[in-house]
Amino acid sequence: MKICVTSSGDKLDSDLDARFGRCAYFIIIDAESMKFKALKNPNLATGGAGIQSAQLVASEKVKAVVTGNAGPNAFTVLNSFGIKVFSSPGGKISDVVRDFKEGKLKELKNSNVSSHFGLG
Amino acid sequence: MIISIASGKGGTGKTLFSTSLALSIGACRFLDCDVEEPNAGIFLKPEAGSRESVSVLVPSVDAEKCGLCGKCAKVCEFNAIAVTPDKVLIFPELCHSCGACAVLCPKGAIAEKEKEIGVIESGRAGAIDCHSGRLNVGVATAVPLIRALKKKIGVKDGLPTIIDCPPGTSCPVIEAVKGSDYSILVTEPTPFGLSDLKLAAGVLRKLKIPFGVVVNRSGSGFPGTAEYLKGEGIEVLMEIEESRQIAEAYSRGVPLVRAMPEYAGKLRGLFGRISG
Repeated sequence: MKICVTSSGDKLDSDLDARFGRCAYFIIIDAESMKFKALKNPNLATGGAGIQSAQLVASEKVKAVVTGNAGPNAFTVLNSFGIKVFSSPGGKISDVVRDFKEGKLKELKNSNVSSHFGLG
Repeated sequence: MIISIASGKGGTGKTLFSTSLALSIGACRFLDCDVEEPNAGIFLKPEAGSRESVSVLVPSVDAEKCGLCGKCAKVCEFNAIAVTPDKVLIFPELCHSCGACAVLCPKGAIAEKEKEIGVIESGRAGAIDCHSGRLNVGVATAVPLIRALKKKIGVKDGLPTIIDCPPGTSCPVIEAVKGSDYSILVTEPTPFGLSDLKLAAGVLRKLKIPFGVVVNRSGSGFPGTAEYLKGEGIEVLMEIEESRQIAEAYSRGVPLVRAMPEYAGKLRGLFGRISG
């Protein structure tokens, strides 16, 4: 399954970035083969980052997003694309993906932080 | 004559100063442009007058006509639109009402609808013609409300206008000070006050608005502010002493010039110097 993990760096041993809309990188990864690509987030300095980032990962046709927190706008857009959102407490990207595969991560049914939580 | 009172840092005494300036000069127009937390009315106590609603235009999509092409989301500079496989999502709190989405929609599926963002309350406090903007809770864009409020200046009655600005140096402040003949920056002699004073002075220089500084709560012992003002050649219009009496009066909604009438003459003199 193709998923997106928000990351502070562009490698599998980078740490999870707990922010969704303003994370440093999106790691788009096939959870089975562990083949991945890292996309630098172009939405760091824009308003509506959650909305833009959600559309960006949706265009990568991922089935799930693993992050720390997702705000209301990002969650609404991801939800409209049928993309599930999972919350991880953190760790290296490779470990986070393993946790996801083992079903250890909690699926968010609503946004878990308010707007602008990841700013500043 | 339009005089705006700004500060950079919040809580330095913009409203303390601007309300007493208005009360000292008597006949004038007062605009409370601090629309996220308007409080000048607590001190000026205007009589209840008129109340008008201020709206902006936000897009509304006709799902029947929409072809989900995504042009509206692409053109939106403010990321207020997302197009998903089966619908268009609009985020009105991010919209800046530019109308580009409605113009560019190839199917004519987007209409612009009015959304109220706040109200303007107008009333008289003696000789003072008071107007106060109040942004609705949850609305993020203060600028259109401040713009509507400033149209009150257009009345040709020769009254001087005092504008109480929001804190900071971002868009709402620019909108509030724009078009002023003179600005007064109220600061406090602290490192934080000085840091924001420098930013605010930079904004006014860029906008080419002449300005001077009022130092509130003077006598803190922090020398940086005085050194900066001297070095930059910025005029100190007035100092207001650090005083428990002023703070207590303020906390009860009593203006500075009512608690300490000796300030009225100083404020009239200051106004005369600026407008003369």
